[in-house]
Amino acid sequence: MALDDRKTSATETRLAAMVMPDVGCTKDAREAALARVRAMGLPQRRDEYWKFTRPDTLIQPEAPEAALFDAGEEPMFSDVERLKIVFVDGVFSPEKSDDLALEGVQIDRLEDVCCKDDHWAEDLYGALEADGHDPVHRPLAALNTAYAGDGVTIRVTGKPSKPISLIYTHEDVTSDVFLHHVVRVESGAEATILENGPAAARFNKCMEIDIADGGTLHHIRAQGRDHERRAVTHLFARLGTESVFKSFTLTVNGVLTRNEAVVTLTGDDAVAHVAGAALGDGDFHHDDTVFVTHDALNCESRQVFKKVLRNGATGVFQGKILVKPGAQKTDGYQISQSLLLDDDSQFLAKPELEIYADDVACSHGSTSGAIDEDALFYLRARGVPRDIATDLLTLAFLAEAVEEIESEELRDEIIGRLEGWLERRRG
Amino acid sequence: MLEIKGLKVKLEEEDKQILKGVDLTVEAGKVHAIMGPNGSGKSTLSYVLSGRDGYEVTGGSASLEGEDLLELEAEERAALGLFLAFQYPVEIPGVGNMTFLRTAVNAQRKARGQEEMSAAEFLKVVRAKAKTLKIDADMLKRPVNVGFSGGEKKRNEILQMAMLEPKMCILDETDSGLDVDAMKLVSEGVNALRDAGRGFLVITHYQRLLDHIKPDVVHIMADGRIVKTGGPELALEVEQNGYADILAEVA
Ligand SMILES: Nc1ncnc2c1ncn2[C@@H]1O[C@H](COP(=O)(O)OP(=O)(O)O)[C@@H](O)[C@H]1O
Ligand SMILES: [Mg+2]
Repeated sequence: MALDDRKTSATETRLAAMVMPDVGCTKDAREAALARVRAMGLPQRRDEYWKFTRPDTLIQPEAPEAALFDAGEEPMFSDVERLKIVFVDGVFSPEKSDDLALEGVQIDRLEDVCCKDDHWAEDLYGALEADGHDPVHRPLAALNTAYAGDGVTIRVTGKPSKPISLIYTHEDVTSDVFLHHVVRVESGAEATILENGPAAARFNKCMEIDIADGGTLHHIRAQGRDHERRAVTHLFARLGTESVFKSFTLTVNGVLTRNEAVVTLTGDDAVAHVAGAALGDGDFHHDDTVFVTHDALNCESRQVFKKVLRNGATGVFQGKILVKPGAQKTDGYQISQSLLLDDDSQFLAKPELEIYADDVACSHGSTSGAIDEDALFYLRARGVPRDIATDLLTLAFLAEAVEEIESEELRDEIIGRLEGWLERRRG
Repeated sequence: MLEIKGLKVKLEEEDKQILKGVDLTVEAGKVHAIMGPNGSGKSTLSYVLSGRDGYEVTGGSASLEGEDLLELEAEERAALGLFLAFQYPVEIPGVGNMTFLRTAVNAQRKARGQEEMSAAEFLKVVRAKAKTLKIDADMLKRPVNVGFSGGEKKRNEILQMAMLEPKMCILDETDSGLDVDAMKLVSEGVNALRDAGRGFLVITHYQRLLDHIKPDVVHIMADGRIVKTGGPELALEVEQNGYADILAEVA
């Protein structure tokens, strides 16, 4: 299909500003990804998949400036015992990172994938991304595969004793960063990956996750609070038989965030949960775009997305459950809800179910509403001041998403932060 | 303690007068009951006193120990010592019952300039009080009123009252939805709080609650007014003859 001129020209303008890193054995994958970008074209405002979120600042050649933000608190997960892998404006920092050796997991820098013969990640780099464009194109992910400057490959072979923590710090107000990680969880292995930090003025991140039969991966991410930062992230996950994938994302602040999750259940009895909690204020625009495909028997998927919006903030949810022919006994659940704290904020949702099997149980719902006045009065009648009562109800609203985090320690960390931020906002 | 004079209230949203001049004084240490047909304005009176939005006071006054209630926010009235046991307790998914209770107790203490209760002390007190109301640990952990039976919700209201130790307690149809055993538990909970410094306003349809919580004064409310006031015998009269006779007599 030929692209229209405007799309081609916007794409070429962007590509002209890019330099493909010379990262050895990923070269073929990068060239192929570049060809995909050219074939698909970068997203334009009129594209159906971008009708709620303007892609222009994500594809313009220069990253719009983003001021640094001092959160005035310890970074997320500071108290969690973990293996730290730090990227400063998208560049791996050996000094700030821990030793990458940890029992049960093999971690390499992306550039080392090329140096080692027959590296396990060689065939995986860009593979899930390449599979992830049907039926909708995700050209910014292909752009990432082609141009990612850094990243890690994580192969989980056992049960590492602590989470692997990817930390993205932001020091340069104009940084334009592409990171690409590849994760493989081997049969019966289990790990937790944490991500946090603003990363860059403009951050394009892609994570490909391949979970073998019986493998389990927990993924908990907190996106940085720099007000002006922009991020477009893609998560491609492929799940084998009886494997488990649970992902939770917390987003507070950031002028523009688009998080896409593309999850495919390819083995029977697999479980995938993708959840998100977002707190937005003012010109905050937050988009969760999720695509879950059931292509095996008796799999379970859950999408739980909650957004609290005020002062004109915008929340977007595009979520789909696709049940392929033969994917019987599918249990699919999807909920997207927004709590609008004023009349200026808006929530745009497009929940979709597409089912080609007859023996399935799928449900979805999307709601948008103000604080429950009856609950508010009940709390106030017990002496709880209005602002504290509102925050309690806000946390309660987010709870269903936060509860998707299995680890109590990590769940408490997220809840504690939310409480702290709400309390400080009260002044 | 509670002094209501000529209170007139209409709905904010529509032109509907609900209270048409209510006069009522509850003295400290006394239990007053309000009975009356459905729709006579009993719940509205309790909501207006506790500060719910949506009503417009078009006349009269209401004060607690001399403080003008109608000027205050709902939470300020609560901190002053006013408590409403709701006819329909609200379910709040996502807020644990314990968290709710502790937040409420400490918010009131803070508003009164008292020190907050420590987590340990709170736990001790709440457990003891919950036990007498046969509220188990599970109910304390669950989200506020979510999945509670009618009786459990009402017992939970009384637990909140016991924890907050208000000066003036308004109970709106606390007996509705209770079986005989639950009625006994709830009444015992209320009676345990009766003392010389505390006033009660018990709204009910039925005499049977008043067998357990013996009122000093009984009022009959109809069409937004107190139409008759008497002793406990008035409740018995309602029980036997319904409201028709009384209403005919005052018409
Ligand atoms: N929010 C409201 N909207 C419409 N009508 C109301 C509202 N609140 C009370 N009313 C009306 O006011 C009258 C008194 O109601 P209520 O106070 O609940 O009576 P009671 O508790 O004595 O049964 C009824 O006619 C009721 O329908
Ligand atoms: Mg009523």
